[in-house]
Amino acid sequence: MKKELMQGNAAVARGAWEAGVKIAAAYPGTPSSEILQDIAGTYPEIYAEWTPNEKVAVEVAAGAALTGARSMAIMKHVGLNVAADPFMTLSYTGIKGGFTIVVADDPNVHSSQNEQDSRNWARFAKVPMLEPADAQECKDFVKIAFDISEKFDTPVMLRTETRVAHSDSPVVLGERKESAMSMGLDPKEAPKYVMVPLNVRVRRKVVDERMEKLEAYADKFKYNVMEINDTKIGVISSGVSYQYTKEVFPEWSYLKLGMVWPLPKKMIAAFFKKVKKVVIVEELDPFLETEIKAMGYKIFHGKDVIPIRYELSPEIVESALKGKAYKAPKIRLKPGDLPRRPPNLCAGCSHRPLFYALKKLGAFVFGDIGCYTLAVAPPLQALHACICMGASVGMAHGAMKALGNEGLGKVVAVIGDSTFLHGGVTPLMNVVYNKGNSTTIVLDNRITGMTGHQEHAGTGFTIRQEPTNMVDYEELGKALGVKSIRKIDPYDIKACMEIIKEEMAKNEPSLLICKDSPCMLLRRAKPLERFKNSLYVIDTDKCRGCRMCLEINCPAISWHAEEGQTKDGQKRKGTVYINPDQCVGCEVCAQVCKFDAIVPGTK
Amino acid sequence: MKKNGKVTNIFLSGVGGQGTILASNILAEVFLKAGYEVKKAEVHGMAQRGGDVTTHFRFGKKVYSPIIKYGDVDFLLSFELLESIRYINWVKPEGKIVINNQEILPPAVNLGMAQYPKDVEKAFKKYFKENVHLVNGQEIAKNLGNMQAANVVLVGAFSNFFPEIKDEQWIDAIKALLAPKLHDLNVKAFYEGKKAL
Repeated sequence: MKKELMQGNAAVARGAWEAGVKIAAAYPGTPSSEILQDIAGTYPEIYAEWTPNEKVAVEVAAGAALTGARSMAIMKHVGLNVAADPFMTLSYTGIKGGFTIVVADDPNVHSSQNEQDSRNWARFAKVPMLEPADAQECKDFVKIAFDISEKFDTPVMLRTETRVAHSDSPVVLGERKESAMSMGLDPKEAPKYVMVPLNVRVRRKVVDERMEKLEAYADKFKYNVMEINDTKIGVISSGVSYQYTKEVFPEWSYLKLGMVWPLPKKMIAAFFKKVKKVVIVEELDPFLETEIKAMGYKIFHGKDVIPIRYELSPEIVESALKGKAYKAPKIRLKPGDLPRRPPNLCAGCSHRPLFYALKKLGAFVFGDIGCYTLAVAPPLQALHACICMGASVGMAHGAMKALGNEGLGKVVAVIGDSTFLHGGVTPLMNVVYNKGNSTTIVLDNRITGMTGHQEHAGTGFTIRQEPTNMVDYEELGKALGVKSIRKIDPYDIKACMEIIKEEMAKNEPSLLICKDSPCMLLRRAKPLERFKNSLYVIDTDKCRGCRMCLEINCPAISWHAEEGQTKDGQKRKGTVYINPDQCVGCEVCAQVCKFDAIVPGTK
Repeated sequence: MKKNGKVTNIFLSGVGGQGTILASNILAEVFLKAGYEVKKAEVHGMAQRGGDVTTHFRFGKKVYSPIIKYGDVDFLLSFELLESIRYINWVKPEGKIVINNQEILPPAVNLGMAQYPKDVEKAFKKYFKENVHLVNGQEIAKNLGNMQAANVVLVGAFSNFFPEIKDEQWIDAIKALLAPKLHDLNVKAFYEGKKAL
């Protein structure tokens, strides 16, 4: 038996391979992105594709399942909101080949726009949900998910979260076993798959019957495990919350749920009989607690002491359950006294000059999801709303409709290339259709940047690096009916400001597309080649210490407080320094400097 | 190193791009091969953008939580001064600390709006006395011809705390994780780091 240390996400990929999965589709999103990357990179037996968004991923996987193929759709928690439409109804149709939706939650919002608890989706859609607690379980549960899926003719959800998805632990490897399901499409099955009211009513009943069978199955499910130790206190928990609690209270008894929906009612009843007091430890919503209380049980502790928001940890669980008896470690230094180190746009990033231009124009910026959301941070502070993938375009349109002529020249939507293809095209169509006049800027950096460089329909490559069609944003805009379409060079701040100002003032829809501005980390696009110089330096004879260049928040530029003067005798309180190891020569600071004190240097 | 069911907690901290993840992968390879259960957790959503990076690394006979309990760190291995002092409260009173003697200025300091902490070493020594070790990782790596190897220099220094692990086990792990053309440099970096402490 080969044992390997694997990240939870890699173990999910391995599980898919061992389970005989044929088709996997996803849109990247932290903390789920590595799953499909790993599938594409490691397991050639699985066809993998990045889809424009999660809804398409679920539909692709569902279509594949309908032919009898085991298939998988993968997304982060908020991705399931996008995919909810097909997902909710697939619960009615059932599947044919096994079908698993992997959804990765992000308690503590390490990298997300909300903290929703995906367990609620399982109850809402009436589908089973498994929740692994480490990488081995990630692999094992994926395989079980497919067995359950085929046995009960249902989509199955596998819920991970940051600390399972991005934690490594040992995994025993197995071999791939192809599914025994016969392949093919059968037109006679139409009543099962055509969800018109007559058929829906039939299937609606099947869903409830299926849930009853699944409840009985949950009571026998081998990963719902009772560990009876000290019977004074018994903990009901699942996933990583179980690990935290077991870590600090190893002596207690446990009911660890591998399947969090539906719940094993008989097992829960037996557990309440075996232990004197029951504590429920779960991250985020009181999901188990609400259900268990509704069954008529009284619990000793649950969300009365366990936090309802952010992530749990061993010390949070310990202090919550010990109360005053918890001894906190000694505070040697108040961490709040230290400067924070937030993420920043890379040196040379094309988003920096673009947002600087927008700030100078005083525009209200409807932003979107991506690296450029970082433009909200000081000192740039040039992004004023960000809700979800693609929202910028529709919101800017709505704001313009509400403001009327007052809004002209003041509002803009800014959206990345991958995000535009995910959810920005439809609202842009709407701007034109409903005679709007908002301006949309597509920050085309040729890749899905934030999640670590995934291909998309606009990059010209598939997930396995095969050359493919590349969406032409200009042609797409034309097809949607946008008349005013212009390319802008974000590195030319002055020209950019002029064009954006003109377009925002126009009483018609505008689409501006950033050109020749690939992500700094995208080597194949040779992002540095466009820069005339490889380095800029400060001319201390001229620098007046006005700090204007600090406003762009470039990681290469720092302030050095040291009184002095320019060559022509202008007093200054300090000067700036450009770190030559970090500077890539984008020239943005030189454009911002009013005293020509930033000049080309040599590396 | 503690045996008999005890778990050893190593906390790694640094700045995105410093190679902390490679360092933690080397540790994982070594302790997994040595027969322990290993768990490792990191948050790496936006680390490429120069944010802080931390890895919780735990090994022992049986490990439950993938993250270390606050205040339970046995070893702090830090790649940057500010990112070491940030976690001073996490370390056990008898914990050991290895810090790369490098400052990377965060945005607020660059902007002149905050002070970079002074005397990080002194602050640690106040509580941890002789258990605090500074290593000039950049300098050593630079002398070897590549600053990128500073992370492996730190791993080399850190290896001194585990005398029961042979040098070959560390070298094997380094070779298993790096491209062949980088082997010579990083093996040298490991030994130079080992000498540095």
